[in-house]
Amino acid sequence: MSLLELDDVSVTYRIAGGEVPAVRGVSLALNAGEALGIVGESGSGKSSLAMAILRLLPRDARTGGRILLDGDDVLTMTWGRLRAVRWAEASIVFQGAQHGLNPVRRIGEQIAEPLLVHKLAGPEKARRRVAELLDQVGLPAWRAKSYPHELSGGQRQRVMIAMALACEPRLIIADEPTTALDVMVQAQVLTLIKELVAAEDIALLMISHDLSVLADLCDRLAVMYAGRVVETGPSGGAFAHPYSRALSAAFPTIGDPASRLAPKGLGGDPPDPAELPSGCVFHPRCPVALESCSTVNIDLRPAGDRRTAACVLVGEEV
Amino acid sequence: MLEARNLSVEFASRGRRARAVDGVNLAVGAGEIVALVGESGCGKTTLARTLLGLEKPAGGEVFYDGKPLSYKARELKAYRRRVQLVLQDPTGSLNPRQTVYEAVAEGPRIHKLPDEEKVVADALSRAGLRPPERFFLRYPHELSGGQRQRVVIAGALALNPDVLIADEPVASLDASVRGEILALLLRLRDDLGLSALVVTHDLGLAWNIADRVAVMYLGRIVESGPTEQVLQSPQHPYTKALLSVLPESPEKIVLTGEPPDPTRIPSGCRFHPRCQVVFGDCRTVPLQILPAAETQQAACHLLKLDG
Repeated sequence: MSLLELDDVSVTYRIAGGEVPAVRGVSLALNAGEALGIVGESGSGKSSLAMAILRLLPRDARTGGRILLDGDDVLTMTWGRLRAVRWAEASIVFQGAQHGLNPVRRIGEQIAEPLLVHKLAGPEKARRRVAELLDQVGLPAWRAKSYPHELSGGQRQRVMIAMALACEPRLIIADEPTTALDVMVQAQVLTLIKELVAAEDIALLMISHDLSVLADLCDRLAVMYAGRVVETGPSGGAFAHPYSRALSAAFPTIGDPASRLAPKGLGGDPPDPAELPSGCVFHPRCPVALESCSTVNIDLRPAGDRRTAACVLVGEEV
Repeated sequence: MLEARNLSVEFASRGRRARAVDGVNLAVGAGEIVALVGESGCGKTTLARTLLGLEKPAGGEVFYDGKPLSYKARELKAYRRRVQLVLQDPTGSLNPRQTVYEAVAEGPRIHKLPDEEKVVADALSRAGLRPPERFFLRYPHELSGGQRQRVVIAGALALNPDVLIADEPVASLDASVRGEILALLLRLRDDLGLSALVVTHDLGLAWNIADRVAVMYLGRIVESGPTEQVLQSPQHPYTKALLSVLPESPEKIVLTGEPPDPTRIPSGCRFHPRCQVVFGDCRTVPLQILPAAETQQAACHLLKLDG
């Protein structure tokens, strides 16, 4: 059994004048010790999906399908059970470390909070554990006495990761953990995540708009577009779906003559979730769309080498 | 065309002086796209603002068309018609209560250009918003991120400038939209002969559009030269490290520590506390400021040994 299993998960936001489907029927599985990356642009539903896993969505969002964490359905759990699951079994590292920390409390207290709340440690043991966690994320133990504004962006993100690790969860969900950081600091944080995941045998679900970051860190990738997974496969392999290919071409490889003085993008914009195109939602921007694509939606289908893609061209001529 | 000569800019910071730009020579030729690359806090945005005349330098001068920039109000106004700024976040730089037409017409009105409607329509269509009339009465919230950035670019183009200074022009855009905006900058260069200084942290962007790259570290240019050379055979250890942390690179050199503080610039080579290959001279002997040259050059003690 997988550690995390998403089965036909959907998230719909109720807004004035109707409903907006943000996530539409996503099924994915993640095993212990595995790193899965979800890539997508703004509005693709990737963050809604991440939040849905720990039921962190606002009240106007309705989540459907099943989210099985160790076989237990998160969506039907009691509040008491859910509180025990959050932090202790699965924790989340949010984007924007600047806002994730309480500015008027010392970081040591903030890291210790989940330990004390879950009664995993008394004050003395918690203090020792905080020092241990700070060391794990590469910060000196005296930093426990610092306030968030005394730390740099990269250091704050390390504190967020220490918090996520505090209760030794089996799953970490990281939502754009390095987006606001500089390249060099981003590399430091990514290396840290990679080492921790390998050392602690933690399952990692990492969400990003940056394909290059995910390809480096994750074993498998899922590409989301307009609320759906349009492709899954091992990272590093060649993409099958035309959207994934365009996305991948948008991140140039330095030294590749094909991209020199030739930036590549897609015409048009990602669709408004409130007004999705008919058929395959990608067809208005697709460079290889057929006539049938505007009417017929394709589900994920095998595309060779542990890969699936939701495209009519896959498995036929490709 | 646009040149910084030995430029330095200082700010007061908690009672200390921060040398945000500390001796920079940089030239952008006619029809040339130069990428200014560096981490946050390296002074790249301050340099861009100083080139626009928004900050007064503490030392050195900005030259435009061979003449030093004057800070008299009237001459500065004329200068800003020739050199235009494109900001990074189109949502923040557009007034949400102004229509697209009003936003683009603001510059032409200030400079009292005749034929306002035609100027606005031309600028919009050159920025790829066609037909322009369809966008006149739209508000920013009705547009996508890519379209908003095009409106900001159109606002700059309306004054028919010679140089665009773009600060992270695609940082806030989605990956698939990014390429289209970069292609627009390239097309403007090809069609209108526009020069551009693109300030970015993204080396891939430089590879995509820039003729030359200048790498900035703690207020100074540490390496510059043609894009192919700087990005494919970097000379400076800092450039090497920046390139090595890109995902496709096999061997990573992850520098420890954060970009240092411009109020405490280290002695000797300013990069030495984070450098992987530091030796004796680096800690004590300062390096000369790089001139504004076309060919590849780097400010590093090790290179002097080789040469």
